[in-house]
Amino acid sequence: MADAKPTPRPKPFSIPRQPMPEQPPEVRRSNFREVPFGLTPDLAILEATRCIQCKNPACVKGCPVDIKIPEFIDLVRQGKFVEAARKIKEDNTLPAVCGRVCPQEEQCEMPCVLSKRGEPVAIGRLERFVADFERVTGNVVVPEVAPPTGKRVAVVGSGPAGLTVAGDLVQKGHDVTIFEALHKPGGVLMYGIPEFRLPKEIVQAEVDYICSLGVKLECDVVIGKTITIDELAEEEGFDVCFIGTGAGLPYFMNIPGENLNGIYSANEYLTRSNLMKAYLFPEADTPVSKGKHVAVVGGGNVAMDAARTALRMGAEKVYVVYRRSKKEMPARIEEIHHAEEEGIEFHLLTNPLRFLGNEEAWVTEAECQRMELGEPDASGRRRPVPVKGSEFRLAVDMVVMSIGNGANPLVPATTPGLDTNKWGNILADQETGKTSKKGVFAGGDIVIGAATVILAMGAGRKAADAMHEYLKTGVW
Amino acid sequence: MFTVTENKEIAKSVFFQKIQAPRIARKRKAGQFLVIRKGEMGERIPLTIVDSDPAEGTVTIIYQVVGKSTAELAKVMPGETVLDVVGPLGLPTHIESFGTVVGIGGGIGTAPLLPIATAIKNGGNRLLSIVGARTKDLLILEEEMKAISDTLIVTTDDGSYAKKGFVTTALQELIDAGEKIDLCIAIGPVPMMRAVAEVTRPTQIKTVVSLNPIMVDATGMCGACRVTVGGTTKFVCVDGPEFDGHEVDFKELTLRNRAYLKEEKVAMERFEHKDGKCAGGKAKAGAPAKETVTTSGGQ
Repeated sequence: MADAKPTPRPKPFSIPRQPMPEQPPEVRRSNFREVPFGLTPDLAILEATRCIQCKNPACVKGCPVDIKIPEFIDLVRQGKFVEAARKIKEDNTLPAVCGRVCPQEEQCEMPCVLSKRGEPVAIGRLERFVADFERVTGNVVVPEVAPPTGKRVAVVGSGPAGLTVAGDLVQKGHDVTIFEALHKPGGVLMYGIPEFRLPKEIVQAEVDYICSLGVKLECDVVIGKTITIDELAEEEGFDVCFIGTGAGLPYFMNIPGENLNGIYSANEYLTRSNLMKAYLFPEADTPVSKGKHVAVVGGGNVAMDAARTALRMGAEKVYVVYRRSKKEMPARIEEIHHAEEEGIEFHLLTNPLRFLGNEEAWVTEAECQRMELGEPDASGRRRPVPVKGSEFRLAVDMVVMSIGNGANPLVPATTPGLDTNKWGNILADQETGKTSKKGVFAGGDIVIGAATVILAMGAGRKAADAMHEYLKTGVW
Repeated sequence: MFTVTENKEIAKSVFFQKIQAPRIARKRKAGQFLVIRKGEMGERIPLTIVDSDPAEGTVTIIYQVVGKSTAELAKVMPGETVLDVVGPLGLPTHIESFGTVVGIGGGIGTAPLLPIATAIKNGGNRLLSIVGARTKDLLILEEEMKAISDTLIVTTDDGSYAKKGFVTTALQELIDAGEKIDLCIAIGPVPMMRAVAEVTRPTQIKTVVSLNPIMVDATGMCGACRVTVGGTTKFVCVDGPEFDGHEVDFKELTLRNRAYLKEEKVAMERFEHKDGKCAGGKAKAGAPAKETVTTSGGQ
């Protein structure tokens, strides 16, 4: 140490992107603990040093909630981790969640100038690091909230959109109550995304934070059933309402044999294992099938979650069956990569035709067909077309259908005057979240269809601003 | 947290329970159910709401102890709480002036039948009821059904009480006697509902059944309760629980209800072992657990 010299400030582009330490695949495939360990303080500072602090930062434009990215990264570089976390929280109430589940590679990190000559700054990893640092070191402080306005806000659903709206409006002095249909708050963060990708302790901490600001939370209330939207206003005295009920109606393919035992929707499979803790059965009362040979149909993040959960539940073989090629898979590259590392087998350009079962009606085989890519369809992706005579059978004892979710009709069906599109999504203004019904706002998956956590939060942010304005002025 | 105000055994292993749940009590209509979860590691079990008292803020459920979750529920003392009660769920029964309606309850199915039959009667219909049980000890709600019915026929499979035979035998006799039936509502174990649908099929008497599949969230989110009706997949929790009995694929329903038999047995044995003999001793050995435990409608 005698000859220690001050480290010169590095030249731009001279430091490579820092890898995030994680559990090795052969270890993690049999536990439910989170896969990455996160950056260390040293690695975080080093990674933050890579940021060249653009005057006109493209990364911020890529972020749906406009986080002041260069500013928080500069604080990280200075070792001011708590300050960095608070800088993020000016724009994003759930950084520990977003740092984990946002598709940064197609948002903030994609336009990073560093990617022109190498790899972008690991913005997501830094966000995750500072949020974890702030929480773990007990540095989360409750910001001051504005004096009470006397206005009451009902938020329907405690997922990412609802939590954002609640957090924003309570800070502006409104009296906010969140209604959650399930017995635990967090929505998809709790029931959908598995522990190994988003620890439930973190979700709970984020919910606790929102509640510490003064938000009231009522679980076990199904809006549309226990109370209707109209009753929230007329009987329960709410001035305004936000609907963020998510995309909670699983699609099936409607092919023969789909109702055999051992065939789940991804929602059911993940709800059993995450929310109901079925992986602890019989410690927990809810069981879930432990398939030995599992096929997961679909190519999104949820499909990856289901496949990797099945592996951790003890499956010997897990196949992802997807009708297009890997390039078209909607899952994040990182998730596909993690799944591959863990030994998930991909049957790409493959589509199930029917399922066959035994006399107990338990699924035993998936009959599939090979596909090839034809002309681009309405989504701009090349349409898969069946290859004649390519049918084959895959031996399976469990199948998870992960082909997407539609809009749950419970709220629209019981709310007169609330307009929906032909798929049942609530029609709401993209900029304000205003619906066709006065005083009712909506945002997140129930409006735009199944998408990402951050887009739901972005919609929540915009709606919260518009709701505040409406509460102030009374102008619709 | 929801406070249990009453919990008593009204027939062998059959419990009558009242719970403080004012919002549900105010809102529920005949034919709807609730989901109850006793404790932190508990499962969500759907049970039909038998009655409610909006003034008192209570809802009533009647359930049979057939597995671990119902055995645990049976042990809750008045004044104690259960963690979660959610509802009212499912679509209410469609009530109108049909004419003559036959209401059929098999075993524990008489509990969900009672509120529906009451609504039917109050809707200006002539109500003929058939209530059956395997044996006298399992017969429930005879007085209550008698009070709302124009005629009540009681059957026991073993002839230990009233008329010996199945509810379907009594139904067939009504049809054979030339009774003009406009609607039949049957609730009970799947084989019973299936048998009723077969009895009414030849004469095309409209037959409504209330289904009892396995559920998880019970708000349409998971699809565990899917059932084939008229060749189309329906979610019982949001599209039901009542369907046209002539259109339901009962075979599929029966097989789907058996999906977790092995796990149910494990859970029950573990519960009995941990809790001493008396706890689970009330459960019937070899009972088709999930068929009534993690299910709605039928209970």
